[in-house]
Amino acid sequence: MTSKDDPKNSECSPEDAKQSRRGLGRREFVKLVGGTGVAVTAEVFGGQKLASGATPLRQALSAGKVVGPGAVPMTLHVNGEVKKLTIEPRVTLLDALRNYLDLTGAKKVCDRGTCGSCTVIINGKAVYSCNVLAIEVAEYDGHPGADIHTIEGLTSQGKLHPISASFVNNDAQQCGFCTPGFVMACKAFLDKHHDPTVEQVKEALGGNLCRCGTYMGLRNAVVEAAMKMKGGHG
Amino acid sequence: MADYRWPPADKRSLIGHRISRSDGPWKSSGRAKYSYDVNRPGMLHAKMVLSPYAHAKVVSIDTSAAEAMPGVKAVEIMTEPGKEVLWAGHEMAAVAAETEEQARDAARRVQIRYEKLPHLVSDVEPEKAGKHTVQLSEEADGNPDQALQEAEVVSEGQYGTSVITHCCLESHGGVAEWDGDNLTLYVSTQNLSGIPAEMAQANVVNSADQVRVLMPVMGGGFGSKFAADTWGVACARLAKKIGRPVKMMLERDQELMVAGARPSMYAKVRVGAKRDGTLAGWSSESWGTGGPDAAGGAPNLPYVLRIPDRRVRHTAVLTNMGPARPWRAPNNPQMCLITMSALEDLAAKIGMDPLEMFLRNIQLTGPLAKTYQEELEKAAQLMDWQKKWHPRGDKTPGPIKRGLGVSIHTWGGAGHPSNCNCTIQPDGSVEVSLGSQDLGTGTRTVIGIVAAETCGLPLEAVKVNIGDTKYPPDGASGGSSTVGGVSSSTRRATTKALNQLFEKVAPSLGAKPDDLEAVGGQIRVKSNPSNAIPWKQACAKLGTMPITAAGQRQPGNDNLLSSGVGGAQMAEVSVDVETGIVHVDKLVAVQDCGLIIDLKTAESQVYGACIMGISYSLFEEKIMDEQTGRCLNADMEFYKLAGIGDFGDITVHMMTGPGYDERGVIGLGEPPVISPGAAISNAVANAIGVRVPTLPLTPAKVLAALEKGGAA
Repeated sequence: MTSKDDPKNSECSPEDAKQSRRGLGRREFVKLVGGTGVAVTAEVFGGQKLASGATPLRQALSAGKVVGPGAVPMTLHVNGEVKKLTIEPRVTLLDALRNYLDLTGAKKVCDRGTCGSCTVIINGKAVYSCNVLAIEVAEYDGHPGADIHTIEGLTSQGKLHPISASFVNNDAQQCGFCTPGFVMACKAFLDKHHDPTVEQVKEALGGNLCRCGTYMGLRNAVVEAAMKMKGGHG
Repeated sequence: MADYRWPPADKRSLIGHRISRSDGPWKSSGRAKYSYDVNRPGMLHAKMVLSPYAHAKVVSIDTSAAEAMPGVKAVEIMTEPGKEVLWAGHEMAAVAAETEEQARDAARRVQIRYEKLPHLVSDVEPEKAGKHTVQLSEEADGNPDQALQEAEVVSEGQYGTSVITHCCLESHGGVAEWDGDNLTLYVSTQNLSGIPAEMAQANVVNSADQVRVLMPVMGGGFGSKFAADTWGVACARLAKKIGRPVKMMLERDQELMVAGARPSMYAKVRVGAKRDGTLAGWSSESWGTGGPDAAGGAPNLPYVLRIPDRRVRHTAVLTNMGPARPWRAPNNPQMCLITMSALEDLAAKIGMDPLEMFLRNIQLTGPLAKTYQEELEKAAQLMDWQKKWHPRGDKTPGPIKRGLGVSIHTWGGAGHPSNCNCTIQPDGSVEVSLGSQDLGTGTRTVIGIVAAETCGLPLEAVKVNIGDTKYPPDGASGGSSTVGGVSSSTRRATTKALNQLFEKVAPSLGAKPDDLEAVGGQIRVKSNPSNAIPWKQACAKLGTMPITAAGQRQPGNDNLLSSGVGGAQMAEVSVDVETGIVHVDKLVAVQDCGLIIDLKTAESQVYGACIMGISYSLFEEKIMDEQTGRCLNADMEFYKLAGIGDFGDITVHMMTGPGYDERGVIGLGEPPVISPGAAISNAVANAIGVRVPTLPLTPAKVLAALEKGGAA
């Protein structure tokens, strides 16, 4: 994974650092602004690199629209399905998935972009879904939404994905709470790196944390999954 | 008749093999539903309000503004006015609302007035803590003064480790749902069977039988989840008040502030030896904090190596740092660090290889001396100790200094009370049911292996029911007691059921029930294996009536399990003396735990414990602000856990076979997490030539120790 792909990096701009020092995280700031219904300027999202430059929300905002604070209708494209929701603009993608769509594979742990348990894949990139507002990736006001993939979409017709199967073979999970996040981070990584070294694996999965200490199994699982997927089983 | 005793090694088709955990596919595909994932129809979300002060008296609580907030359905006061709060993060009130966002908003509007009181949030030496101390122990064996006076070498030092947290990834909490007077709880717990009584005691229900607890999987406990806690009670009360299901999970900052901390422990030690390394005399004055009370109790020093002449004293420092909970192997990692560090310093003073010193004194370890000897020798071989070890202080040029450290540990791990029901159906299906829980240790898999092995069936042929209080009560999963308990009860229940089946089948094989065995999917005559009937056909002879049998872990001595393990670990580190950064290049863990049921998940326990050990050795510390009395790193950016790239290699070796298997099943969760701190601290001292006195071994502490007087 290059540093550009690192989900941590998409979250950290100089503005963020400044806000953190003042005791207000970027996302908290966005939530508060959203909550009071102020028409935020596009600069607020300047540090956001996850989707294409012109997100539907940003376009709406730059056209001077006020979004929220009440619930607004929006459409998410999750695992190839269209999901219509009416939620407050401050709802994170993670909470939208878990609380409104009952897609609970992505886990809520740190809720501020540190641990990776909430990792989903958006437009091909591993993203911390706790650090994205649902509306930022929604189809909104006539503009297309982002392509969101959660772990629920990984199992096709009841058949375990080779990555999940490698996790089982190598016992790369204990309590399993971090596991879906690791599987998705691993998927995003292996989609772009077909022949990874252990050193690359360590870097690629450095944005996910496990408390039970399953990293030894994880290192082996990722390498095994890469071999399986190269063999055309993926 | 089938014998309930464990089969000999050559007859085991599943036990002791490397078998993938049975709920693995469920977890790695995201389908496993944790308490945090439970969404019930009409469910509300609740959030707590915590005290911002470390020590204060509650003057008044006004919930009217919170109640008027959009979506709010009810507010529950958790600490009444007039009461004292003893830590920042004390649970004050909980608010339930339609959405999580609304509940969080409303929780901020609960108005609480406090009268601030003085606080202490630093685990200082007892003499500096004023009246905030309780002396917990003072004892002496033999004649320590004389022993230390006559010792040819005496080493003095101060060692310790700070308060750390559990930081379970699934935070504490759950969902409460009422149906009339009956309460269903989906709670993340290590003690499923204990929750109904807890709810009755808190007057949430009239009687415990009105409570059902469901928890198929749970996201980590490590000793911090033995109860539903005040928030579980508040959640159930809110659900009752409103008449709708309520979910309340702790937010991450709350989790780190109040839901689990390991007491700190520090000690001033004097330990003596003869020039040949024979230990003679120990004296220690230790202290630490377990929060506002003396939680954690007194350590038993020195650890493992019982030096006959010793004097120890322990004082608890009562602080407002937050409540302590048992943390994986309570007190043992701290005692181990203090003891093994002191012994390594002593060996260094003598100019002796610490491994040699441990081996010279191996008889002081007691009945497990032979085990320790074998484990130390195995670890030394896997680490290549003889070739790599050098006297204290790596003399090679350049800023990177390498060193080796060693430590040994012990734990009990006998089985907890356990009850299992086994049912064999006429269609051949087998079901075992226990009111137990799988914390991620592999309990579900172990139960399945024992039942399947007993019936001579593949693992997939047995259905394992756990995580529901409708099944027979089972003990709390703590202290490495689960595997012993559930293995025994499952083996006994399944054997009893199988013997009933043998009674039904024997006539058709023209044999006595005593002559039969269940092997490879068949029931057959022991003396004539070709005289056999497939499992399904055998079960068909039951007609319409299933067989059911109960098994219980025998109270007191149970010959399927035992207690008491050793374990040796060695660490190899690189320390950059310019930056102070410590890197664990390699950790070797050699561990016994009696008869291993599943070698794969057993090894995972040890790997995981080593990684958790690296994490607390290098990174973890609950940092308090003395001015405000609050925790400064109640998040996962600054409460640091080791990541996948934060260490080199780990080698695990399980001691199995003759001398080990016949001890029966012994728990494994705690022992391997005890030694990493000591082994890594010793390796750092060996590398840089000076002791870094306390964990975590942060760059700042390493540099400070070097400045004070390092050889490097």
